[in-house]
Amino acid sequence: MKNPYLPYPVQIDKIVTETEDRNLKTFRFVFPDPEDENRFAYTPGQFAELSVPGKGEIPIGIASSPTEKGFVTFTVNRVGLVTRHLHNMIEGDVMGIRGPLGNWYPWDEMEGRNVVIVGGGFAFTTLRSSIIYMLDPVNRPRFKDITVVYGARSPGMLLYKEELAAWEQRDDISMHITVDGTDDPDWKYNVGFVPTITEQKITSADNAIAIVCGPPIMIKFTQPVLENLGFSPEQIILSLEMRMKCGIGLCGRCNIGDQYVCKDGPVFSLAQLKEMPSEY
Amino acid sequence: MTDKVFTKEDWMGTLQRLQEAYRIFVPAKDGDFHSFKPLDEVTSPDFDYPNSRLSPKSTVYPQSERMFEYTLDKTDSEVNIMKESTKDYSPQAIVGLRPCDAHAFQIVKRNFDNPDYQDPWWVQHFESTTFVGLGCNTPCSTCFCTEVGGGPFDEEGLDILLFDIGKDYLARVLTEKGEAFLEKGAGGSVADNAALSHAGELVTSASQKIGSSVHTDKLKEKVINDLFDAPFWEDLAFACLNCGTCTYLCPTCWCFDIQDEVLEKEGDRIRNWDSCMFPLFTLHGSGHNPRDKAFQRVRQRFMHKLKYYVDKYNNGVQCSGCGRCIRYCPVNIDIRKVCNLMNSA
Repeated sequence: MKNPYLPYPVQIDKIVTETEDRNLKTFRFVFPDPEDENRFAYTPGQFAELSVPGKGEIPIGIASSPTEKGFVTFTVNRVGLVTRHLHNMIEGDVMGIRGPLGNWYPWDEMEGRNVVIVGGGFAFTTLRSSIIYMLDPVNRPRFKDITVVYGARSPGMLLYKEELAAWEQRDDISMHITVDGTDDPDWKYNVGFVPTITEQKITSADNAIAIVCGPPIMIKFTQPVLENLGFSPEQIILSLEMRMKCGIGLCGRCNIGDQYVCKDGPVFSLAQLKEMPSEY
Repeated sequence: MTDKVFTKEDWMGTLQRLQEAYRIFVPAKDGDFHSFKPLDEVTSPDFDYPNSRLSPKSTVYPQSERMFEYTLDKTDSEVNIMKESTKDYSPQAIVGLRPCDAHAFQIVKRNFDNPDYQDPWWVQHFESTTFVGLGCNTPCSTCFCTEVGGGPFDEEGLDILLFDIGKDYLARVLTEKGEAFLEKGAGGSVADNAALSHAGELVTSASQKIGSSVHTDKLKEKVINDLFDAPFWEDLAFACLNCGTCTYLCPTCWCFDIQDEVLEKEGDRIRNWDSCMFPLFTLHGSGHNPRDKAFQRVRQRFMHKLKYYVDKYNNGVQCSGCGRCIRYCPVNIDIRKVCNLMNSA
C-alpha cells in the first residue's frame, strides 16, 4: 500500500537569502533518486510538506515551475520551530519533501485569456512559479496579456529581485513593481500600496482572470478594486493558507466549511469563498 | 450461514481457544467504568455492561502511533531518511462491542479510506480486525442510535452479532470474516426456533426503549453559511470549558496531529489523536488563529458532525448515537439538542 505520509528524500542544493531582514530564504532541492523527481510532478499553485527530521513538517507553496527541470525550490519565511531549524541547515543537508499537494491555479480556464497577477510580500512564491511557467516559450502562446502587480514593504523585501529586473525588460509581460515606501533616490519603480497600484495599472477585466496572493490586509483592499474594474467573483482566484498536518484531507484541521484547504484548495475562486464560512 | 447458540460458559471457552489465532479485545471493568482490553490481560471480561467509557476506536486507530523512524546521526549514511515503523497486522477481534461503535468505524472509514487517499495504518488495522458485536437489550437514556441510522441490534459494520438471550448467546454470522472466526473457535450448536424468536423479540423491545428524539432530515438541505451564522452558537457554547472530553471519547472523532520526538540521535515521527476543542489545533505560525474563540471551536465540532460530513459524503451524520459526549460532558452540552436546533434552524 502506497504511504502518502512518506516524504521523498531530497538534498539541499542551494540556499539564497532573499530579503534584507534575512527572514526569507529560498531553498533549492535535488532528488537523489531521479524517479522521485518524476513522481513529484506538479502544477503551479500546488504546495508540498517540507519535512525536517526531528522537527516536523511545514506546508509551503512550490516556487519553482514544472518547466524548470532537475530541482524544486521553496521560499520559506522564518516563523516557528521547523522554519527556524530549516534556516540553519546548510547546502548538502538531507531532508524530505512530501507532495505535490492540493489543487492549482485554473490553467485550463486561463487559456486564451488575459492574466492579471497581484502579489504582496512573501506570498509571491507560487506566483513566481506561475510567471516562469507562462513565460516558457511552449506555454506563452496559450495566454494573452500577462500583467503583474507585485509589492513589498521596501525594495529590500522584494523576492527574486534579479528575475523581477529581467521580466521588466521583456515585452511579453507587463511588470508593475511597487514598494510601500523607500528612501532610495534611485528607486525606479512604483511607490504605493498594492491595491492603489492595481487601481492605476489594471484597466480592464475583459476576458481576464486575476490571481491574488498576499497578506489578508492586501487581499481585503484589493478585492473591491478588482470588483470595481468589473472582475466577477468567478474571475478572482485566491490561494489560502491554513495550519496543516497531513496535507491530504485526513487529519481534519484545515477545513473551511466542508472544504479542506490542503486537498480541495489551497486555490479557490472568490465565488467559491463566498459560499464558505468566513473562518480563515 | 446459520445462527449458532453458545452457553455463556462455552462462549468464554471459545474465546480462549480463539486467542491462538486472534488478539482479542473484550469489555472489562476498569475502576468505575468499562474499557476494551486484550483478553489475556483481564481476569474476567464483563459483557453485561452498558457501554465502555472510552470508545474502542483505539484498537484500530491507536491514540499514539509511530509512523516513521530515523537517525539524526550525521556519521550514518542514512541520516535524516524516514523509515516506516514495523507494525503488527496479525488478526485481531473486538468482541462485545456495541452496534453504535461498529457503525462508528464505518463512519470513520469514509475519511481514512477514500478514493483519493488511503491511510495505510488505519486501513490495514481495520482490515485485520473482526468485529463481533453485542446487541443492546437495555439501551441507556442517552442512547439515540435509532435516530442516526443505527439501532440496538443494527448489523452494519459487524461480522458477527451476538444476542444475549439469558443463559445463552445467539451468534448471527454476517460476513465471511465472521464465519471464519466462529469456525476457528468451534463449539456452539445450531440455534433452535425458541432462541431465534427470543432474539427477534429483543430487537423490537430494545428499539422501543430508545426515548430520545433527534431529527436530522433537514440538515442536508440547509445552506452551510446560514447554519454557520445561526444565532444560537454563542449561547449554546457559553458553558463549554473546551476540555476536549467529547472529542476524546467520541468513536467518530478522527482528527490527528503529527509530531517529531527525538531521544539523543534517534527520532520518531508520531501521530496522536487531536481535538478541535483546543486553540492550538488551528493556530497559524504567524499568530493568527481562525478559531481563536471557544464558541467557534464548539461550532466547528457540531458543524463538522452534523453538516459538513453530511454534505461531503451524503451518507448521514458523523455520529453513531452512542451518547458518550452527553454522559461525560462536564457542563451538560447535549448533541441531541444541538442537532434538533440545527435541523429546525
